[in-house]
Amino acid sequence: MNLQAIPLGLALFIVIPLACGLASLVLGGRSSAPGRLAAARAATLAGSLACLLLAAAAWLGGAVPARLELAWIPSMGSSFSLSLDGLSLPFLALSGLLGAAAVLASWKGIGERVPSFHFCLSLTLAGINGVFLASDLFLFAFMWELMLVPMFFVIDIWGHEGRHRAAVKFFIFTQAGGLLMIAAIAGLYAAHGAATGEYTFAYDRLLGTAGGLGQTLQFLLMLGFFAGFAVKLPAFGLHAWLPDAHTEAPTAGSILLAGLLLKTGGYGLLRFAIPLFPDAARAFAPVAMWIGAAGILYGGLMALGQSDMKRLVAYSSVSHLGFVLVGAYSLNEAGRNGVVIQMLSHGLSTGALFMLIGSLQDRIGTRELGRMGGLARAAPRMGAFGLALTLALLGLPGMGNFVGELLVLFGAFKAEAAVAVAAGLGLILAMAYALRMFQLAFHGEAKEKRSVADLSAIETGTLALLLAALLWIGLYPRPVLALLSLALPGIAGGTAP
Amino acid sequence: MELIWLVPAFPLAGFIVLALGRSLPGKAAGAIGSAAAGLSAASACAVAWLFASGGKAPYSTSLWPWLDLGAASPALALSVDALSIVMILVVTIVGFLIHLFSIEHMEGEEGYHRFFAYMNLFVAFMLILVLADNFLLLYLGWEGVGLCSFLLIGFWYGDRANGDAARKAFIVTRVGDVALLLGIILIAANLGSLSLSESPRLASAAWGRGSGIAVLAAALILGGALGKSAQVPLHTWLPDAMAGPSPVSALIHAATMVTAGVYLVARTNAFFSLAPQVMTAVAVAGAVTLLVAGASALAQRDLKRILAYSTMSQIGYMFLALGAAAWTGAIFHLATHALFKSLLFLAAGAIINALGHERDVLAMGGVAKKMPLLFWTFLAGAFGLTALPPVTAGLASKDAIIARLWYAGGDARLLWWAAMAGVLLTSLYTFRMLFLVFAGASRGPRASGHSAMGASTALPLVVLAALCLVGGLVDFPRVLGGEPYFGAFLGGALPASADTGATAGQELLLSLAPLLLSLAGIPLAWLLAKRELATEAGPALRARGSRLAAFVRGGFGFDRLYDFAFARPLSRLAGKGVDPVNLASEGLRSMTLRASRRLASTQKGPPGRYLAALAVGAVLLLAAALI
Repeated sequence: MNLQAIPLGLALFIVIPLACGLASLVLGGRSSAPGRLAAARAATLAGSLACLLLAAAAWLGGAVPARLELAWIPSMGSSFSLSLDGLSLPFLALSGLLGAAAVLASWKGIGERVPSFHFCLSLTLAGINGVFLASDLFLFAFMWELMLVPMFFVIDIWGHEGRHRAAVKFFIFTQAGGLLMIAAIAGLYAAHGAATGEYTFAYDRLLGTAGGLGQTLQFLLMLGFFAGFAVKLPAFGLHAWLPDAHTEAPTAGSILLAGLLLKTGGYGLLRFAIPLFPDAARAFAPVAMWIGAAGILYGGLMALGQSDMKRLVAYSSVSHLGFVLVGAYSLNEAGRNGVVIQMLSHGLSTGALFMLIGSLQDRIGTRELGRMGGLARAAPRMGAFGLALTLALLGLPGMGNFVGELLVLFGAFKAEAAVAVAAGLGLILAMAYALRMFQLAFHGEAKEKRSVADLSAIETGTLALLLAALLWIGLYPRPVLALLSLALPGIAGGTAP
Repeated sequence: MELIWLVPAFPLAGFIVLALGRSLPGKAAGAIGSAAAGLSAASACAVAWLFASGGKAPYSTSLWPWLDLGAASPALALSVDALSIVMILVVTIVGFLIHLFSIEHMEGEEGYHRFFAYMNLFVAFMLILVLADNFLLLYLGWEGVGLCSFLLIGFWYGDRANGDAARKAFIVTRVGDVALLLGIILIAANLGSLSLSESPRLASAAWGRGSGIAVLAAALILGGALGKSAQVPLHTWLPDAMAGPSPVSALIHAATMVTAGVYLVARTNAFFSLAPQVMTAVAVAGAVTLLVAGASALAQRDLKRILAYSTMSQIGYMFLALGAAAWTGAIFHLATHALFKSLLFLAAGAIINALGHERDVLAMGGVAKKMPLLFWTFLAGAFGLTALPPVTAGLASKDAIIARLWYAGGDARLLWWAAMAGVLLTSLYTFRMLFLVFAGASRGPRASGHSAMGASTALPLVVLAALCLVGGLVDFPRVLGGEPYFGAFLGGALPASADTGATAGQELLLSLAPLLLSLAGIPLAWLLAKRELATEAGPALRARGSRLAAFVRGGFGFDRLYDFAFARPLSRLAGKGVDPVNLASEGLRSMTLRASRRLASTQKGPPGRYLAALAVGAVLLLAAALI
């Protein structure tokens, strides 16, 4: 399928969620009639599914790479320019899949201001898709902000008990990181203009700019980009917003946060921070890798001590995204491939895990591990998915997570063997916290007498789909890797193969 | 030979059917699970026959390429050679018999379905492990069997203690697994191949004997093997693993999974031959485990824990053999041990069930009279364990290992002495157990459970006992009129051991020495058992029970050491989940909010203040412009 041939082409990935979000607002209106609320939900669901289908069609139809360029702000040298390549496509597919899962996960859980909720979700998804597609740095910064604001409201309005604090913290952290990144974009823009006389935000034009800059300036600009992405990832030390945001967000918010928003950080490293500043990135690589390893160990250790199930998964994300930092700054092919596989698998597995925890909380009214126990007996299907997702969490071979971690470890081993060893120790911690979570929730005797309804057909179907995707990546990652091989060498920015 | 896919496919299909078909009637689960294991065994036999009749040519077949690690591109591929044939026969035949036994043994348990589903899954993973064509697929099977071990140790998950034991097993073995994974990465990065047949050749060509990288690679592989095979220092999980049902102990924690480390070292023997230092470490780990576990077994009261320590100790023999480069000897003992130890575990399970879940040997007694079939089959297993005739299984395999240590000469003589001490310990703990369980009158105050056994329970016991009786004949010493068929069969897959050049007289003497030592253990064990029962009778004496005995019973304090050195510091570091970085960030949040409130106040308030601020600002700007 040729995406460039249809009207709007690539912009559909942004237009569809926007249109469906508006449709949710209109269809839902101010009424609380169940029919209209269902229509509001269905509109957003349809938007995500349409994006998923579009991504699948582009994948199967060999539509990669594709471009779209519309005039936007010519006076500033910025255009509405989107580009779809092997790196963007898997994330767009993930966004469609998790977007749909997020709607399904909040079908029963969200009962207030349903249309606005779905509008915010759609807007976030539009921004996320824009981030994965933008090939103009001004447009990228715009999309970067677009995904933050509605997500802030999702946490602040529909979150759990401590939502206000968490939302503010989320906003301050990501906004501060984002500001540094925008400053770096402006700096790069100015430096490029000063050197060539051409003031442009076009990614392709800016790719070679840094080579001509002074070392210090190049390093500072690189750090600006790094800061923005490292907060989002989050890297060790900058992760403080994440446990609160993940824990307090409603289920759909957690799914989008963990499954997609964090991925924009890793994507940004691979797309911008490293290729735009290859020399500075190489100088910085050992530091970044050790920050990654620290995150792996620290996140794992913290996960081991949590009693709130969502918080535990949040810290496990800190640990797993440490692998992203390690892999990205290994600056070799295996590392880069590993980063993408790791992010896709992490998106699928934590997305599914948050969905499961959400349905658990809907039923028993708590996320406290200390108040659970024996759930495998009460709800066997829930137990089975809990087990399978625990295995993904601890990186059992056969799951996509294993492939990601293995490739990252291999890449790191070639770049800085000691980091690979440190990161490997994180696998032991993963085993400990994942099994602890599973056993406390699902095994043992029930702490409180209650009857728990097992997963519904829709929940079972969605989780099974996510799990199937994880197994597919785990056992047959070739198609994804082949897709990446089209994109990653081009953005490697002169680093070692 | 394409049939080879059927061998793991049957149990995998069995798992899927059982996992999805939760609504199947209870009885069906046992039948489906056993049928899957049986069909797997049948296809393994067919493959073995084809292999043997086809000139023993190695064969491999691939499904699809998995991923690339640099130049290495491991696939989902199986390969067959003499070593994997031996392994699949052991896994499927013993596995099938244990499934059969479990039909009745596990009857009425909650989770009967789950039991057979996990057992089938285990067999599938174990077969993948031994059939894998490359390190990475082997690792998939390796972690898969660990998972099933975790699930089955914690089969009765209502009790937290079982869950703790299961988790401990998975975590402790993962310490070794991570070492193995790093070893795999090292091999892929340096040799550009993960094929189990090609990478050893490349290593032999590229790496010098005793070079740093060769030692590192072998040491990392050894790390994995120590964890999975419960050898010192990664052995502490196995005694606790006895929390699982007895058939699980028989299949996973005696016959197959715990011996995977032995298989791994034998399979990668070329890497070990390049690293003599690591070979020594293999032998020393084996010797230390042999003695530590043997002594611990002597001090246990729990029947299954005795057998668990015994398993560790017997695998210690296998490691001794590996360390002495007696590759076929190690695999032979692996095979015979699978027979007699699974027999012992199954019989022990039947006894424990019959005695109303009593596991304390001091509270048993008199079982021989009550259940003669169990007695005779258990006796066959015990003779196998202590390498006593007329049971040939252990006799042929263990004696070969011990003799090999003697011939190795030099420092290896020390290992021979350790092995001999192990023989005495084995005899002592085995016969102590035998006397306490079977002899005399019943000491159990407990009500008897169901002691009647159906054919599906009795048959596996009898078959296993028969196999123990004759199993050793496949590789019996020439001097005793045997013929080493087994060694010859494996010859194509494993390097032959150096010729010893010993005379028939020497060989006979070396075989007699452990035999006599074993026999000497029997009366000593009798005395020991009697004294123990007498002490047990007097509570005053029991209180004085020496601290040494408690130390030995506790497995030489390894658990407490690890708890002190790793578990507690880690949980202290994890705190109650309080993240200092997060706490610090709270300050940032409140600071920002306060600053925003301050700044906001400049935008609102009484008009007077507003005007004043405007004036001050104007003056300042003016001043700035003028200067």
